[in-house]
Amino acid sequence: MRAFASRHPFWTALIALAVAILLWLIFAVWPKGLIEVIGRKKVFLNALFNGITLGGLYFLVASGFTLIFGLMRNVNLAHGSLYLLGGYVGFFVADWTGYWLLAFPAAFIVVGALGILMQIFVFRRMEGQDLRQTLVTIGISIVMADLMLWGFGGDFYNITPPEWLSGPMETFFVTGQKRSGDLVYMKYPVVRIAIFAASVVIGVGMWLLLNRTRIGMMVRAGVDDREMLSATGARIQLVFVGVFAFGAGLAGVAGVVGGTFQSVAPGEDIRFLLASLVVVIVGGMGSIPGAALGALLIGLAEQFGSVYFPTYAVVLTFLIMVIVLAFRPQGLLGRA
Amino acid sequence: MAVEDTRLTATRRTEARWIERIPLAYWVLGLALLMMPAFANDFVLYQIFGWTFILGMIALSLMFLAGYGGMVSLLQMSLAALAGYMVAIFGTSAIETISMGWPWYVSIPLALLVTVLFATICGWLAVRTEGIYTIMITLAIASAFFYFTRQNYVVFNGFSGFNGVLPPDLFGVDWRGPKAFYYLTLFWATVSYLAVRYVSKAPFGLALQGVRDNPRRMAALGYNVTAHRVAAYAFAALIAGVAGILLTWQSAQVSPGTAGIGPVVDILVIAVIGGLRRPIGPFIGALIYVLLKTFAVDVLISLGLAGERFQLLIGIGFLVIVFWSPDGILGLWDRWKENRGRDPLTGERRER
Repeated sequence: MRAFASRHPFWTALIALAVAILLWLIFAVWPKGLIEVIGRKKVFLNALFNGITLGGLYFLVASGFTLIFGLMRNVNLAHGSLYLLGGYVGFFVADWTGYWLLAFPAAFIVVGALGILMQIFVFRRMEGQDLRQTLVTIGISIVMADLMLWGFGGDFYNITPPEWLSGPMETFFVTGQKRSGDLVYMKYPVVRIAIFAASVVIGVGMWLLLNRTRIGMMVRAGVDDREMLSATGARIQLVFVGVFAFGAGLAGVAGVVGGTFQSVAPGEDIRFLLASLVVVIVGGMGSIPGAALGALLIGLAEQFGSVYFPTYAVVLTFLIMVIVLAFRPQGLLGRA
Repeated sequence: MAVEDTRLTATRRTEARWIERIPLAYWVLGLALLMMPAFANDFVLYQIFGWTFILGMIALSLMFLAGYGGMVSLLQMSLAALAGYMVAIFGTSAIETISMGWPWYVSIPLALLVTVLFATICGWLAVRTEGIYTIMITLAIASAFFYFTRQNYVVFNGFSGFNGVLPPDLFGVDWRGPKAFYYLTLFWATVSYLAVRYVSKAPFGLALQGVRDNPRRMAALGYNVTAHRVAAYAFAALIAGVAGILLTWQSAQVSPGTAGIGPVVDILVIAVIGGLRRPIGPFIGALIYVLLKTFAVDVLISLGLAGERFQLLIGIGFLVIVFWSPDGILGLWDRWKENRGRDPLTGERRER
């Protein structure tokens, strides 16, 4: 960080200024003039929070995608379908048992098992053929989408969080000032905050797993050079299966989260596939911190876009991708 | 003198006129396609063959990029839809508040120009990364195009898009009549097929194939790798654009659904099923796709299954093809011919 500051003093100053302005926007009571220009602070804070929590959800989906790509060079275009399947599994488990928390391990196990099957029966047979693997994942996603439409119908399913997580929570962020001088504090749904905290925990856990354990070491070595890794005697096929299962399972967990945030319905698979594609392109292929950064950027862009210029919200996301591709084709935190 | 004479006739015999060098199969196929309106009904002409030629052209543009350039672009359907949108916006449609109503000789070239420009920009973005990334980036752009056209009401008229987009009344022919439309699509499909064949053998196409096989070596030889790839995107966009305008005229409308994720992937499915090696493949794939799409519902219902399971059929068919014959139907054909040419005992090639 210090090295970055001494190398790019101008950029550091600019970033520091942006952070300062952002902090002021978040914590200060907005003066009248500002409210007239960009609207009420409540709207701004809500967009910010929604963006960050949506970023958490995107991170959950995209981290599995980027992990699988980084190790196996397999662009798993069926990732959105895995997400959707996780959502359905989570909904039915939560519905039958009545325990919301049980939906997460159930979705993780079911979708992870499907991931293992896919890796063993499909991708192992065509190792090293990138294009063919990708085409197969497209085929799988078409078939899965139709099977799920067949099985679950076109209805919207909503996973309801338990009592202790429902309802709003008072935060310490000021949204405005009453005539009497009392400060008004922002209210925000507890479940979103809880889920965001969980995704941060999962992200940190994944980073620790990758950077501090023996398995993580093997995965990182495989990302760099898998032939060399297998030559050293590591059982690379086992690592592949494990990573694929873990990445798929994460998509399943994300499906439960998405079903609680929003809803589970046909078409969501494509939406989240697109989101993870953009997140991974922006953040950098195969990089977990990149996925986190990309997810945050895209989540914020989507929410602010839909609040402040609704007809062009998609363009904002797209523009971020274009700018990153134009100036840093390997992604913000990707390696060239 | 006599020696000279025989030599001359010999050269003349090897250099037969171009019309004599066309293989017999082409004559048969060409005559059959030209005579089609004599014995096929209007539905077959307009829906089956018109649609086959259009989808075949869009898939052909993908085949050109993937087969000769090694770039699997999922953008081609969006480009086709963009051309359709531009014709609706610059030309006439039922949405009079947005359509400018310019004559066809302005609106069509302008639409193609916009399409090629857009493809050039997207191509320039996509070729900044390599290989498998292309699919991701083009898929991301294609879905951004879909969501954008659906959200934007100022230019693209949002969810409903444009209807009443009709072909110009040229030469006093109703170009949406089954026979006229059949010949119109046949003409453009033939033109694009020949254009792709020609370009693939022209210096540009050969250099592009060199770039596909070994970009570093081509760069060392002094070829501009990026420029060749971007130019390939532009050329492919021209074909996709023409097809998109025809597609818009066929259904008289264009909407975000035209370039939804489903149709975008369908183009890839068509091209892969047909075969990505040769320009005839996409048309074979398109014919199979259109036949399936039109008749699969009846077949499924007669087998006691629900008619909506068409996507499942397509998906499984696609998986089977990718699994057992990555070169599509054409690959199967090649392998069959190869096997027939071999002696079953020794495995050596038979003399023909």
